[in-house]
Amino acid sequence: MNLSPDTQCEMLRQMLTIRRFEERASADYHAGKIYGVVHCYIGEEAVAVGVCSALETGDQIISTHRGHGHCIAKGADLNRMMAELYGRQTGYCKGKGGSMHIADFGIGMLGANGIVGGGISIVTGAGLAAQMDGKERVAVSFFGDGASNAGPFHECLNIAATWKLPMIYVCENNMYAAQTAAAVTHAMPDVAARAAGYGIPGIVVDGNDIFAVYQAAARAVSRARAGEGPTLIECKTYRWRAHTERIGQPDFRTPEEIEAWKAKDPIARLAGQLIAEGSMTDASLKSLDDNVQTCIAASVAFAEASPFPAPEQALDDMYAA
Amino acid sequence: MREVTYAQAGLEAVAEEMRADSRIFYMSTDPTMSLVNEFGEKRVRATPIAEAALTGIAIGAAGAGYRPIMDWRQVTFSFVAMDQIVNQAAKIHYMFGGQRTFPILYRANVGGGTQLAAQHCQCPYSMFMNLSGLKMFLPSTPYDLKGLLKTAIRDNNPVISFESNRLLTSKGLVPEEDYAIPLGVADIKRKGSDVTVVAVAWLVHESLAAAEELAKSGVSVEVLDETSLVPLDAEAIRASVRKTGRLVVADEAGPTAGLSAEVAAVVTEDPSTFAKLKAPVRRVCALNVPIPYSPALENYVFPDRSRIIAGIREVLDGTRPVAA
Repeated sequence: MNLSPDTQCEMLRQMLTIRRFEERASADYHAGKIYGVVHCYIGEEAVAVGVCSALETGDQIISTHRGHGHCIAKGADLNRMMAELYGRQTGYCKGKGGSMHIADFGIGMLGANGIVGGGISIVTGAGLAAQMDGKERVAVSFFGDGASNAGPFHECLNIAATWKLPMIYVCENNMYAAQTAAAVTHAMPDVAARAAGYGIPGIVVDGNDIFAVYQAAARAVSRARAGEGPTLIECKTYRWRAHTERIGQPDFRTPEEIEAWKAKDPIARLAGQLIAEGSMTDASLKSLDDNVQTCIAASVAFAEASPFPAPEQALDDMYAA
Repeated sequence: MREVTYAQAGLEAVAEEMRADSRIFYMSTDPTMSLVNEFGEKRVRATPIAEAALTGIAIGAAGAGYRPIMDWRQVTFSFVAMDQIVNQAAKIHYMFGGQRTFPILYRANVGGGTQLAAQHCQCPYSMFMNLSGLKMFLPSTPYDLKGLLKTAIRDNNPVISFESNRLLTSKGLVPEEDYAIPLGVADIKRKGSDVTVVAVAWLVHESLAAAEELAKSGVSVEVLDETSLVPLDAEAIRASVRKTGRLVVADEAGPTAGLSAEVAAVVTEDPSTFAKLKAPVRRVCALNVPIPYSPALENYVFPDRSRIIAGIREVLDGTRPVAA
């Protein structure tokens, strides 16, 4: 793996951006400034950033209901993201989507999706389009352990394997589908083992080790660009916060389990490595974090300064011309 | 003009559009061999039986610049793809603020008369009409099917082409030259002055037969073919009813929350049309049961020309006196 120190610092910056963005989104949700629901990705940042670091701009991804991390890792604009959460006209979807439906087709981010498993087939269609274009683009489906039990996952793996589509299926196994433990819903502990049934590589990686994620993704991307077909990568990880930020949301996980995973913080892990290698100092880490916080504050200022959509804009964008 | 079947007209529309636009590709669990032979198996894909995945794949490919056609074959098979239809295709343009266009054609056969029983003889189009974000139509003739399919394939939105099981082998005149029929425009298949019958698909033909029969006793029936379900041509329906003062709606689907209910509503909620109504609206629909297999049962459940005639007689007899 040849990742320059600058690239590694950039990966850290992106992970920190996801975390600080969501800390703010969570706080503003509880302050009543963000509506509906927010699903936090905190603790899983190494997956989105590790995978997206292996992609080119023209490659496409699709996200889940827990989508802020994928947006940021693919290069989405923080201002338009925060404005969307704030329900403003300047948001990515002009206030029609909110946290669960941020998309930026211009950067190949085909949308967060409120339906578990809902995006898998759509992004497989993007993979089919990439294959038909013949320009060696790839497409990535992010989904959770819960979605791996839904029909479209299996249908799409079979189709992608049969047609040798340039797909990377990334299962973010955070061990819970909402409140239900994967241990009570999965016949086999490793989602990646299901790849064997479709004749494609299935790889398990430590989802909190950004370099392990990056390496697995880079190999899968090479394979896909070479026309050899899809790969299933399972990233074992954990979300620190409850399934959603909704008040009164139960969280049946034990404090011991949560603390044990917090000790495996992917951000602290990468920062520690960079400092140990001399690529970074405590001071430069602090400076990086301050810079990230400034960007988040600016995105909130942008959102707050943006107007709400005019009510009758609810009628816009029904049909394309 | 020459005569072609309804099924052939559909095939011609697809083939002609595919020749004209290389971005169009076709997916079906069982594609027509003539299409495969002409366009190759990359553009006419024989797919696994995986409608949920394929319905979504069409969305993703459309968002990436292609113009997919996904053939569900029987509408029955669309039900396993309801997430992709309801939550994704119908909403993706609006929900993401109009960032991309999603030109997709979904094809589905509907209706009975084929003794395929409860699952394969359904008319569930009102379920889809109820969603905001999809366009759809249900033609009664080869000419209409071909012209509407061409419009649908050129449209930049998801469109569902409902095609009538009973009419697949029926023949009609279709020109050799290119033409397209706009969505949202009803077609008056027979002019009349005493009563308007709004019908779709096979029941257009049954309504025409009923009109012919009633003409013998001096009743003048106007038959309006509401080919386009979304957008519905409410103004054409209202204009016809303002002229005749009476409305019968004939639909192979059941009445509950159906196309027939929508047609009745667009007439009665419009003050100037309501003011012209001389009799209550009468719906002639399938009975509210799953469709049974035996012809003895199936024929009882579906409406036909005799029930349409009875419905017309009822609105003629039920004519209320004009208020002084």
